[in-house]
Amino acid sequence: MNPSVDALRATFGSAIGRAQEACGDTIVTVGSANLLEIMRWLRDTPGQRHDYLVDITAVEYRDRERPLEVVYFLRSLERKADLRVKVELDPSGELTVDSVTPLWAGANWLEREVYDMFGIVFAGHPDLRRILMWETYAEGYPLRKDFPLRGRFSRAEQVRQALNANPEAHYSIEELSIAEAYDELPPDMRERLRRGQRGTVPESE
Amino acid sequence: MKRVFETKEVSGSQNWLLTRFDALVNWARANSLWPMPFGTACCAIEFMATAASRYDFARFGMERQAFSPRQADVLICAGRLPFKLAPVIRTIYDQMPQPKWVISMGACASTGGIFDNYAMVQGIDTIVPVDVYVPGCPPRPEGLLYGVLLLHKKIKGESLAIPGLRDEQPLDAHGLRLPPEQIDEISEPFGNSIHQYRSA
Repeated sequence: MNPSVDALRATFGSAIGRAQEACGDTIVTVGSANLLEIMRWLRDTPGQRHDYLVDITAVEYRDRERPLEVVYFLRSLERKADLRVKVELDPSGELTVDSVTPLWAGANWLEREVYDMFGIVFAGHPDLRRILMWETYAEGYPLRKDFPLRGRFSRAEQVRQALNANPEAHYSIEELSIAEAYDELPPDMRERLRRGQRGTVPESE
Repeated sequence: MKRVFETKEVSGSQNWLLTRFDALVNWARANSLWPMPFGTACCAIEFMATAASRYDFARFGMERQAFSPRQADVLICAGRLPFKLAPVIRTIYDQMPQPKWVISMGACASTGGIFDNYAMVQGIDTIVPVDVYVPGCPPRPEGLLYGVLLLHKKIKGESLAIPGLRDEQPLDAHGLRLPPEQIDEISEPFGNSIHQYRSA
């Protein structure tokens, strides 16, 4: 077994759940309450130094009894070692987990993607918005098992909402000022962005 | 093949050029189509191959690719179109001046193809009017060239006298190009995708 797991158990005790080896990778399940603490320890402790967050994703199984998992892929660049950390969430409860953006700035967009696709809320995230689907997307979270393959709305309604969407509405005020497109926006949208407000779904006819 | 021009000997010495005005205009339009490439996927690779030296659609008057819609005649949608890009292609289409045509290149642009899912437009004809559909996944350059030649044929059959042919057709009060029932009908699953699993 990976020495990181034993060290984790020695440090955090019962917060560390089961661990397994699969295809040469180590997967360790941790409690969501201590996630930030555990991640900080994994990043900063000499001998661990998992300084690189490769990816964050989530898994929902077809078996409804199984919990939803948020998966963190960690790598230690100096030790050339990988570790996969999973947090289990009860799908019937609140899907909230602490954001790791204070530890890895690169987690920002990764967590936005998981939020966009699964609806998992990352507490403490600085800018938790949809990233792949557009801001006014109202059909839900596409990678959840209860999401119909073709979406919830009729095709005509999907086309109507898509055509009514403003392509510029995907960007935050920071992104727009980088693109210097901010001044070209209609005044109402500028006002909305300044207030940090989200877009709205256009009225159905 | 019908000849566009006729030269006639009139009163001995001078050559006169006689043609129908329609035929002259259509000949000029068809043989200098400036394409606006809207490449989103693997079809765009075949599009580039069509533009490059081996197939070279410059032979058909498409020498200049217009990367600005204001100077373009034919919008070539090469690849799948997600809903997020729907307002973009509609804006590009609206920015193109008349006369303008649209080629839908490949299965995904024409019907949604294998992507019968929540994110993909099921045929760009629900967004913009399409003149020529080129099937294939992706079509070979010969296929696209054949589509371009079909478009030439279509253009040469147009008449300036048809009222409303070159009028802009803006979106209706619902912000749609077609009635909702028609969009639903066009977007119906077909082929293998009717057997796809639907949860919920």
